This record gives sequence, structure tokens and C-alpha cells, in this order.
Amino acid sequence: MTRLAQLRSSLAEQPWELWTRQVAAVLRMDLRKNFLSRRGIWIYLLAFAPVVIITLHAIIDRRSGSMREDTEVLAGIFQFFYLRLGIFFGCLGIFTWLFRGEIIEKSLHYYFLAPVKREVLLIGKFVGGLVTSVTLFGLGVFASFAMMYLRFGDAGQYYVFNGPGMGQLLAYLGVTVLACIGYGSVFLALSLLFKNPIIPAILVLGWETFTPVLPSIVQRFSITYYLKQLCPVSIPGEGVLALFTVVSQPVGTVAAILGPIVLGALVLLLACKLVRRLEISYVAE
Amino acid sequence: MSVTIGDRVQRTGKRNVVTASAAPDSTLRQPGAETQNRIILENVSKFYGEVLGVNRVNLSIPPGVTGLVGPNGSGKTTLMNLMTGLIHPTEGRVSVLGISPTRPEELFRRVGYCTQFDSFPKGVTGFSFVHNTLRLHGLDDRESVRLAHEALERVGMTEPALRKVAGYSKGMRQRIRLAQAICHHPTVLILDEPLNGLDPMARAESLELFQALGREGLHVIISSHILHELDKMSDQVILMSSGYVVAEGQIHAVRTEVKEHPMQILIRCSDPNLLASRVFAQDHVVEAKLNEDGKGVLVRTRDADAFYLLLNQLVVKDKLSLETVAPADDDVNSVYQYLIGSENKTI
Repeated sequence: MTRLAQLRSSLAEQPWELWTRQVAAVLRMDLRKNFLSRRGIWIYLLAFAPVVIITLHAIIDRRSGSMREDTEVLAGIFQFFYLRLGIFFGCLGIFTWLFRGEIIEKSLHYYFLAPVKREVLLIGKFVGGLVTSVTLFGLGVFASFAMMYLRFGDAGQYYVFNGPGMGQLLAYLGVTVLACIGYGSVFLALSLLFKNPIIPAILVLGWETFTPVLPSIVQRFSITYYLKQLCPVSIPGEGVLALFTVVSQPVGTVAAILGPIVLGALVLLLACKLVRRLEISYVAE
Repeated sequence: MSVTIGDRVQRTGKRNVVTASAAPDSTLRQPGAETQNRIILENVSKFYGEVLGVNRVNLSIPPGVTGLVGPNGSGKTTLMNLMTGLIHPTEGRVSVLGISPTRPEELFRRVGYCTQFDSFPKGVTGFSFVHNTLRLHGLDDRESVRLAHEALERVGMTEPALRKVAGYSKGMRQRIRLAQAICHHPTVLILDEPLNGLDPMARAESLELFQALGREGLHVIISSHILHELDKMSDQVILMSSGYVVAEGQIHAVRTEVKEHPMQILIRCSDPNLLASRVFAQDHVVEAKLNEDGKGVLVRTRDADAFYLLLNQLVVKDKLSLETVAPADDDVNSVYQYLIGSENKTI
């Protein structure tokens, strides 16, 4: 039997149905907590603050500005606010809390006392975090986009449905999903490595900001390196801003899509190892 | 190094472990089917940094109710957490019914653990707490609802089940955790101070439940500070102190091994004065004290077997009529005081 056939048969023997049910059970418990917890209010603010600003802009400056200008403004909001602040810190809040929050609230042992593979639990929690972050920031991006073009009436409608608008919206939403996968996996792993993941998270922020000045091979370990290339509207980079917008040696679109996914998968593999070794020791927290 | 004192005593580190068991040899070394039905700890140590949790613990726990006794900080919770994989041993090996605690997906199909952590996920009701656990087992909604109701009924929590746990009393929270531990019909039930916070009625009901589970052939491992209650229900005990197992086995056998403290036997008979005078002449009898009511004698002897033989002879020779013969310090409390009490005055 070839190795591939062995792998296939081994995979087929795994209790996928049970794991799916268990992931669904974790999801049911976690989604409620993620969406309804009071401590998550600031994440809602991060996701919807641009919507409020764009809405105000639409009401106040109803007759000024052009669609082209607003498309660039939206691209700026997405790249500078959502990618670098909103989704980054939102994922920090959501994903570091998945395990760390349970430890602080002394409820993680209930998960550990169920017949669930720790890896399955980790995946369940990760998917829960992903659904939460994608929903919040996806809705935020969608609402920002809608409010931006709504004020242009028929022209805006034409731009979205007959022009490049819909493609841009889908690209923004796709990048949002990839950002949540990439940042989410990193923050989940950090929360398993460190009791207080804030300082490592700040280092990650520094890394994501300043990797463009490093050699291109090193840049490939940055999530924003891939995401910048996938943004549908490029922003003219001048001076320091070029650091955030220009990709010196871009990869192809498929590689740019796979980049954060592969990076996320590798980090999740590490997180699986960490969660297997995780002990319940609330006193030490 | 292993030396034999009486039945069996293992020397572990600097501590003596009194091991008394019906089995002639340590089942730790028995391979095969026997280990599939036991909880086994082989040379297990756990250190929290520099702090000792437990040290070089060797245990082989058979089915039945096992009491885990020791003062605060003696390592009882550490031992239970090791058995359930919530913490990992620094050294040694743990096996529960032949399953390693590093495999929770197998272990918790057969094990239920009621921890001492008095905390719950935010916003849960008693019912949803138990129901969520069963969904985590991978059961469908219908089966989870059925088993949740069954467990809630068994711990007497059916009525308040739909109220939020945050509004429960300590005793109710204790019982809901117990429901969560038994809801999937485990074969091993590990209970860390399960009687804490329970009122006398609930405590009696819980004790009855634990005994019933023990009779059903389950492993029930239970730690408690309430020694006389443990004494009533335990088939065997494990005494712990400062991270070491000080004694283990059936309480009567453990008591027999404690040679430093003469056995106390209370005899009620037709002529206590005669009995006292006869037994006092024996070398192994340390003390023979007449009871205050004048109807009995409390004898302290270094050799209980020799004493019982003598008693038989006296009955025949002196026509002594016996009413009762009962060991006076053959209980968990006495053994605890003899083995640990001198080190830890309070429990």
C-alpha cells in the first residue's frame, strides 16, 4: 500500500461525524458568549465606527465629493483602519479570549472534562472566533461600502452592479476573511503561549507594520504582505504611507490567497501542540 | 527498596507507606485484564515549579468506594487532577482502566469528575450546563435532554434546573456539578470534596448515591474532610500527607499495620473485673481500663490476634459471657490521627 493510500485509509477511519458534532457543540456555546458578552462592546465599536463616520459623511456632505474620491477614501479606510487596527485588535480581543477568558473565568476545565480531543476543541473554538470576527467585520465592511455608494443614488447603484463595485466588495470581504484567519490563528496561539498576550501582540503589530523594509523572503511571514496585494483599490503611496501600501515583490493572486491560510494552518498546528500540554492551574493565573 | 512489615509496607522516599490489601501482590505489576479495571499510578510525582504536589505515588485502586483523606495541601486534588489529565505528571505514569489521561476522548467516556472549582460558564442554567456537557460528548439533542433530566433528577435538581446557576446556593452548585459528572453514566466517578456546602439532608442523600454507585461496581474516588462520613461509605482509603501517600487499603487492615499505636478494643461482658485482671497479665496488653458504667473493659493491645485468642480461652475457661467485642479505634479518624494527626493537628 502506498503512503498516500495509507493516509487516505487512516483519514477515512477517523470519527469525522463525531468531531463535527463536537465542533458544533463548542460553536453553540462559544458563539453566544462571543456575540453577547459585555466585554465585547469595544469590538462592535471597532467594526462599526467607520460605518457611523461614512453615514455622517453621506448626510453632511451630500452634494460634495466624487465617486472616485470616495472609492479611494474607502480603500484607505479598509487598508489603514480595518486591516491594521479594526480587524487586528478585534481578532486580538476575540481569539485571545477563547482560552484565556475561560481560564480567567475558571471554566476551561468543563471543556477538558468532556471526551473531546483537545485538537477538536481548539478547532471548535477557532471556528467560533472566526465566525464571530468575520460576521462583525464583514458586516462592518459591507455596511461601510453600502453607505459610501448609497448617497450617489443611481450612479452608485450602477457602479456597484454594473461596474467594478461588486468585485471590490467581494474582494474586501475576502480579505476580511483571510485577515481573520491569519490574525486569529496567531492570537489564539499567543494566548496559549503567554498568560498576558498583549505585549506579544504589540510585537506582532510592529512586525506587521515594519516587515516591508525587510528582505522579501522575510516579508512572506507577514499576514498583511499577502492581504495588501489582494486589496482591490490601490492607494497612492507617498512618503511614510508607502510603507503601508506598497508591496515591493508581490506574489500571484492564488499564492496571496493561500499565504494567510497556510500561515494560519501552521500556527494552528503549533496551537494544537500547545493545547495538548495545557494544564488547569487556575491558582497560578 | 522495599521491606515487609506485617502484611505489606513499601518504603517510598523518606516516607513509609502502609499498604494493606486483600490482594497478596501489588497489582501495579500485574499486566493484562486486572489493570483494565483499576486506576494505576506508577511512581507519579508532580511539582509546580519548586513546589511539591505529590511525590512518588504508587497506587492501584480497585472498584468500589475509595476515600481520599488528608489535610489541606496534602495532594488530594493534585492526585485527582492527575488521574483526569487536568495536569500532567512531572514523572511517572497514570492509567485509568487502562486508558492514559492524555487521551481525554477515551477517558471521559468512562470517567466523570466533579471538581472543587466553584465556577461556571457565564449565564448558564442548571439544565443547559448539564445539557451542554452531553452535547460535547457528541450526543444528539434528544438523548442529551433525556440524560440531562435523568442526572438532574438523580441529584434532586429538577425543579431549579431552569434557573441560572449564578442564583444557586453553594449546595445547589455542588449538586449541579455532581449531575454534570454523572450524566453520561461513567464507570469511574472522581469527586473532590463533594459534600462541601451540602445541608445534612442533601449530604445524606449524596452519601447514599455514592454508596449505591459503588455497589453498582463503579470506581468512586471521593475526597472529604468529613472523616466519619467517609468511614461509613469507603471500601478502602488512601491517606495523604504533604504530597505523600501515607497509607492505603481497607481501613481495618491499615489500622492493623499501625503497630506504633496499640489497638483499642472495647469488650462488654458479664464480669469486666475478671476480664481486666486476666488480660492485664499478658505482655501484649498495654492497658485494660474499666468502663465508667462498670459494664465493659477497654483494652489496648499490641497484638490483636493474640488478644482475640486469649478472649476465646477466657470464655471457655472462666465461663465469661460476652455482649459485644468491638474495635474502638478501627476507623478512618483514628488511623488519620495516628498517621497524620501528629504532623497536622487540624484537618
